Amino acid sequence: MKKTLISQVVAGALFAVGTSASAQLSNDAVNIGVLTDLSGIYSAIEGPGAVVAAEMAVSDFGGSVLGKPINITSADTQSKADLSSSKAREMFERDNVDMIVGNVSTASALAAMEVADQMKRVALVTGAASLPITNERCNPYTVHWVYDTYALAHGTGAAVVATGKKTWFFVTADYAFGHTLERDTSEVVKAAGGEVLGSVKHPIKTTDFASYLAQAQSSGAQVIGLANAGGDTIGSIKQAAELGIMGSDQTVVPLLMFSADIQALGLQETQGMNFTVGWYWDYNESNRKFAERFMKNFKGVAPTSVQAGVYSATLNYLKAIQAVGTDDSDKVMAYLKSTPIDDGLFKGVIRKDGKFEHDMYLLQVKSPKQSKNRNDIATVARVIPAADATLPLSQSKCKLVTGS
Amino acid sequence: MFELLGVSPQAFTAQMLIGLINGSFYALLSLGLAVIFGLLNVINFTHGALYMLGAMLTWIGLTQLGYWIGMPELEVPYLVALFLAPLIVGAFSIVVEKTMLKRLYHLDHLYGLLLTFGIALVLEGLFRHWFGVLGNSYPVPDMLRGGLRVNGLFLPYYRLWVVGVALLVCFATWYFIERTKLGSLLRAGTENPRLLQALGVNVPLIITLTYGAGCALAAFAGVLAAPIYQVTAVMGSELIIVVFAVVVIGGMGSIAGSILTGLGLGIVEGLTKVFYPEASSVSIFVIMIIVLLLKPAGLFGKVR
Repeated sequence: MKKTLISQVVAGALFAVGTSASAQLSNDAVNIGVLTDLSGIYSAIEGPGAVVAAEMAVSDFGGSVLGKPINITSADTQSKADLSSSKAREMFERDNVDMIVGNVSTASALAAMEVADQMKRVALVTGAASLPITNERCNPYTVHWVYDTYALAHGTGAAVVATGKKTWFFVTADYAFGHTLERDTSEVVKAAGGEVLGSVKHPIKTTDFASYLAQAQSSGAQVIGLANAGGDTIGSIKQAAELGIMGSDQTVVPLLMFSADIQALGLQETQGMNFTVGWYWDYNESNRKFAERFMKNFKGVAPTSVQAGVYSATLNYLKAIQAVGTDDSDKVMAYLKSTPIDDGLFKGVIRKDGKFEHDMYLLQVKSPKQSKNRNDIATVARVIPAADATLPLSQSKCKLVTGS
Repeated sequence: MFELLGVSPQAFTAQMLIGLINGSFYALLSLGLAVIFGLLNVINFTHGALYMLGAMLTWIGLTQLGYWIGMPELEVPYLVALFLAPLIVGAFSIVVEKTMLKRLYHLDHLYGLLLTFGIALVLEGLFRHWFGVLGNSYPVPDMLRGGLRVNGLFLPYYRLWVVGVALLVCFATWYFIERTKLGSLLRAGTENPRLLQALGVNVPLIITLTYGAGCALAAFAGVLAAPIYQVTAVMGSELIIVVFAVVVIGGMGSIAGSILTGLGLGIVEGLTKVFYPEASSVSIFVIMIIVLLLKPAGLFGKVR
């Protein structure tokens, strides 16, 4: 009984995919699913703002494509892999969604990508950071839009050394993610002529960082690199400010950080810090124009890099459909990977492995005096060229590149 | 000696001080536990949640309350919270004691443990639901910003203040229970309640107030912690296990024991972070195992 049900579902799905190739648009509409963390730990980074961004893209595009309507649905993953997987399936099967955009947190992004790959539909990943999304775990229907951990380690490391700060000390979370981030960043620092004076490893979810920070402080290193994430990063920064490290000769550099985290911590405690993002609202005129419109729609909060990514991904997906005259996934993906992107927010090319290669930005947090309002948190200290911020294709383990 | 260990004397002193600060939190929290266990025989598992509640109320008072009641300018300052949060938590705990805990006194004290554990889970769950698990930032009060620079090491005023206040409160509590008339009445009331009741003393009232005061101490520690650590729904459950280890090492119910071991273990933990940081989260438990093997009643405890 159960088996027949599953086979019916599978057959139905295959039928839907099969017919989409011959018809101009499947279901006589383009359905877009915003799959993101609407209520969990990363909801401030992507969350409800991503739905707003996707709606803006649709209305900027004109509300219809090839004379047919564009519909948006959204679902909450709470940054959990199991929920992400089942919601993605629901979107594809029940809502006939052609493309899902969003996916903050690596685990839920990988889960949703896998479903998309099975059903041959497009998944545009904006929120999650891990390199494997377009490396070991890449698939033909995924584009990684905003940033990845390669950019964080390589971009920030080299860029900070280039500002003249050569000696580093790491405060590292004692598990695989922290070790990798420390190792990768160390390599970059050394390659750029810097020196790593040492590191201290702390257990994950530590409450008190004073001891570790005091060690980093007494090392005399110019840069204290935080190879940790989430609560550990916020805790280290808060206590670094308290211990008088901020505003001294030493700089604290978090290797994974968002503007929303800065807003939560406040400028008093984060001023002068550097961090890397894929997009910043106050960088140029077109970014600012987009941000102003976004703020009007979203409680006056400036868009994060990830939310701008949702807008850009949605808009370019629609442009691709317009150009190829169908929503067939393979044709749309072929177009996206062959046509350079320049939409006023992001500029670059989507490579074979699905990585959207574009410039990254090293930000420096403003002091409370320099800041005019709560969205005015940073200046762009340096533009990190796309080539420096992206894993070279020659080192890729993606099967679409290696061919195996 | 310091050169041998690869640590400069200044760095060593700094780490001792940092350890002392965590130690004073351990001391404050385990003191409350020791009072409640020593006098009422209740293993109070809500202690971590009440510590969280103290910090949360402080944060809510400063950043949220004004918006909720439509007066965005209203801020409950740190010094007010220092008194207000323990009062609210104390009152809440008295209600818990009167309505629930009281009914379990005649049973094995495992029942009290289970009840308080349940209440702790409910409290944590509620705050997790309302405010999420992300940390909330509470600024160091303006008057305690900055710090002393001595021999190249930086001592934030706020941390010095925490050590000072915590030690003062610990000493006052110890003095009250061990050296005053009311304190001796309290101890007598738990040793022999019937006799004391016959003498006209309202024993249930004493028990209720003791429980409320012990819980208020947890909230007080929470207020002190808010500007240093992140204010989150889970901050209590992260600390409570360590604090229980402190109480066990010090000797269940021993008030002086809980204060001294709290401070001592903070320092031990701080030094582990220098010499072998990876082990810092387990060093206290290693000590607990050794102490339990050699002295099962704890360093300062009496065999009951």
